[in-house]
Amino acid sequence: MSGTKRPGSAKHPGSESTPGMDPFADTLQRLREAFVSGRTRPAKFRAAQLKGLSLFLQENKQLLQEALAQDLYKTAFHSEVSELILCQNQVDFALRNLHTWMKDEPGAKNLMTQLDSVFIRKEPFGLVLILSPWNYPLNLSLGPLVGALAAGNCVVLKPSEISKSTMKVLAKVLPRYLDQSCFAVVLGGPEETGRLLEHKFDYIFFTGSPRVGKIVMAAAAKHLTPVTLELGGKNPCYVDDNCDPQTVANRVAFFRCFNTGQTCVAPDYVLCSPEMQAKLVPALQSAITRFYGNDPQRSPDLGRIISQKHFQRLRGLLSCGRVVIGGQSDESDLYIAPTVLVDVKETEPVMQEEIFGPILPIVNVRSLDQAIDFINRREKPLALYAFSNSSQAVKQMLDRTSSGNFAGNQGFTFLTLTSLPFGGVGQSGMGRYHGKFSFDTFSHHRACLLSHPGLEMLNNIRYPPYSDFEQKLITWALGSHSCTLL
Amino acid sequence: MEREVQRVRATFGSGRSRPLTFRRRQLEALRVMVQEREKDILAAIGADLSKSEFNAYSQEVITVLGEIDLMLEKLPEWAAAKPAQRNLLTMLDEAYIQPEPLGVVLIIGAWNYPFALTIQPLIGAIAAGNAVIIKPSEVSENTAKLLAKLLPQYLDQDLYAVVTGGVEETTELLKQRFDHILYTGNTTVGKIVMQAAAKHLTPVTLELGGKSPCYVDRDCDLDVACRRIAWGKFMNCGQTCIAPDYVLCEPSLQDLIVQKVQEAVKGFYGENVKESPDYERIVNLRHFKRIQSLLEGQKIAFGGEMDEATRYIAPTILTDVDPGTKVMQEEIFGPILPIVPVKNADEAIQFINEREKPLAFYVFSHNSKLIKRMIDGTSSGGVTGNDVIMHFTLSSLPFGGVGSSGMGAYHGKHSFDTFSHQRPCLLKTLKREGMNQLRYPPNSQSKVDWAKFFMLKRFNKERLCLLLLTLLGVLAAVLIKRYQAVLRTKALLIFLAVHRRAIP
Repeated sequence: MSGTKRPGSAKHPGSESTPGMDPFADTLQRLREAFVSGRTRPAKFRAAQLKGLSLFLQENKQLLQEALAQDLYKTAFHSEVSELILCQNQVDFALRNLHTWMKDEPGAKNLMTQLDSVFIRKEPFGLVLILSPWNYPLNLSLGPLVGALAAGNCVVLKPSEISKSTMKVLAKVLPRYLDQSCFAVVLGGPEETGRLLEHKFDYIFFTGSPRVGKIVMAAAAKHLTPVTLELGGKNPCYVDDNCDPQTVANRVAFFRCFNTGQTCVAPDYVLCSPEMQAKLVPALQSAITRFYGNDPQRSPDLGRIISQKHFQRLRGLLSCGRVVIGGQSDESDLYIAPTVLVDVKETEPVMQEEIFGPILPIVNVRSLDQAIDFINRREKPLALYAFSNSSQAVKQMLDRTSSGNFAGNQGFTFLTLTSLPFGGVGQSGMGRYHGKFSFDTFSHHRACLLSHPGLEMLNNIRYPPYSDFEQKLITWALGSHSCTLL
Repeated sequence: MEREVQRVRATFGSGRSRPLTFRRRQLEALRVMVQEREKDILAAIGADLSKSEFNAYSQEVITVLGEIDLMLEKLPEWAAAKPAQRNLLTMLDEAYIQPEPLGVVLIIGAWNYPFALTIQPLIGAIAAGNAVIIKPSEVSENTAKLLAKLLPQYLDQDLYAVVTGGVEETTELLKQRFDHILYTGNTTVGKIVMQAAAKHLTPVTLELGGKSPCYVDRDCDLDVACRRIAWGKFMNCGQTCIAPDYVLCEPSLQDLIVQKVQEAVKGFYGENVKESPDYERIVNLRHFKRIQSLLEGQKIAFGGEMDEATRYIAPTILTDVDPGTKVMQEEIFGPILPIVPVKNADEAIQFINEREKPLAFYVFSHNSKLIKRMIDGTSSGGVTGNDVIMHFTLSSLPFGGVGSSGMGAYHGKHSFDTFSHQRPCLLKTLKREGMNQLRYPPNSQSKVDWAKFFMLKRFNKERLCLLLLTLLGVLAAVLIKRYQAVLRTKALLIFLAVHRRAIP
């Protein structure tokens, strides 16, 4: 009920279950109390947290690179480009802009409120839960964390247990750089996460699959907790007849195989005409050979699949359609070769689930219109790619489809732009972050109107009883678009 | 139910609602509807809430007209793509954010302002280019019936459909898949709506409620404060989600507040409140009885008269209210104003923070530092200082709750944004593939350094301009003399290497 005391508030004696049975109760209680005390509100504190993050990244670079190499076979270059630099960027950007972001945003006034103070106050929500995945375990933990800390929240981070080494670094090393009364890392698998989700949070940020996204949102609903869900889907990649096959192949192969295909925004499948396919396949082979050599398994730049479970899943997909490039796999190494499949049917598993591996199916369409229809029949993806020399074709694809993000003639470099919001739509997610959008996501935008204390005379008009004259006057005065309620 | 949703979805899929001209026409038609059928609308609201025509007009119709006009004026601006700042890596690309409709939006209206709280969200949903299913509250029967009759007459029936019914029908409706749900109502049902939405990963905006506290400081103009509080509290017979629910003040102020509120009430409604055309009634018997039960065991300073036959409850003030009693446990949503004495502002802040975050917070004081302290020390959907309700009237402010008072917001541009997907777009050409050599494997440490150079932003403007000019010049050369591509690229790399070294 609305008037009852909030659980976990300062005066309330703790949580619902006994501490022994609930491993999270104490931690959450502690963090809540810290938030209530107001510790995280001053800009100075938040900046110190962000600086702590920066220091964590700088001082533990090697440790992190090693962890990422252990978890996902990421090379130094890869770790730098896809994790460390992006995190550093986010932290620096937040530090530079923190004070601006924290300022009250002035709002436009109407006739009645000309002398008043009107603004939107950005406030922290309180206790934020961040659930991060295994594919970019550092970036997808720290990215949201930057926003949550900058916005002044206390944070519980639950990194994925699948990327074990990174998880250990985050659990053991990261807290040392942050104020531990306001930040905690909790560990566990699906069961522990389920128990964690029974607790009340003031915001939940989840990156992962749509299936688990639904579970998270349902759990959040019990406490009316707002959520941001960064999910996934099958990201279509349309290749027009009017393009240079080699350039397209370079870009598509690169972004498909990046992180061994384990990227939520990777091009998942290609849509092109049979004629284009005939040119694209050799170009793709050429690109793959150029990037990874004749024996990709030996290339240091190609990673491995995260786990047996995913390896088995991907190996199963290799039997869909017909293999024209790659197709090899090595269970002992969790290696899947960069693979291209053709003659793929829509009903086959490779076209039913998000691939999340270095496998690229090509589906034939006869025209741009057919490609658009194909895409629109399916769930809205997280990213959509269109390759064409004709900007008209690219624009058509953009205008007639929907997706979280869109890139023309490019892969997912949009991720590097802090000025673009990153998020999904429909099954690919809700909410967004990066840059200022992170700060706004983790803030409650509180509408504030501070009325000028005097001039009550002017207000008399709003009080009943309303004479005929007053009625006419009010109706006239409020006739303009900027005024609403009396 | 399913057929209705599928029907509007199919029409949405055809792209009919995308052009701005179409959306404008619909909004204009809505405006015409409100103007032509004003009498019917006022009569329906009047029948549901015993509200005078003038009040119905000034509280609901004006709000709606204002929103339509704002939307019509701003639509081209809000629907336009917004360019986004680029980094060095993407500097030659086109980067922008394109607002797009979500698809099929479900709007579940409330009964207390049955017209405004259904139509105002509808305006935003239409403006953003969506198809809409409108489910008005069955409690405000007359308005629901009228909307079911009128909307199809003025709006495109294939895109906007009204569904009527009670709990059963709403439950069925919530099984369907939508692209956004905006619900206005109570916390309990809010949870049900969000649960149902979770099954389809549908984003929601929940405009809920709570107990909106009103702190009255010793140092304030008590006459004005009490008049404004009385106005906001007794408007619509207290059935306003942002009405000041209860008052917090020092004990010494209680009697004065009672006296002044009583004076204000007399001024508004006359000696015999029951006869005033400006005083509404409780919407139904269930709520009447609920509010009646809140008075049990309370000290009534004035008011307390009730008439079940007409569902009349007099403006009532309770003093020395015990926070543990029923009237302080649920949102009152009636013309009962409890006063809870607190020692000072700090105790008031503590009192508020021990409870669920309310939809609105009010504070009356001459001391702007105090106001600031109270705002800083609490959280709520919105705040009005030295007045009540008014933050609702500004479309530049997002209207919504936080915590159990809701999530998301709307009004004005916030409506448009709520019902849109802001889609980031990055458009490149297939040319200048030479530039991409840097990113492709096989990789090396030098590539790492280059990556840092391009992605980290440590440049000052002069060098950046110089860099830009140089790059453009070189690229122009590259395009013209393609066969010299390799040599040019190398020259570029050398040139940039020099610049990079020169940057601290």
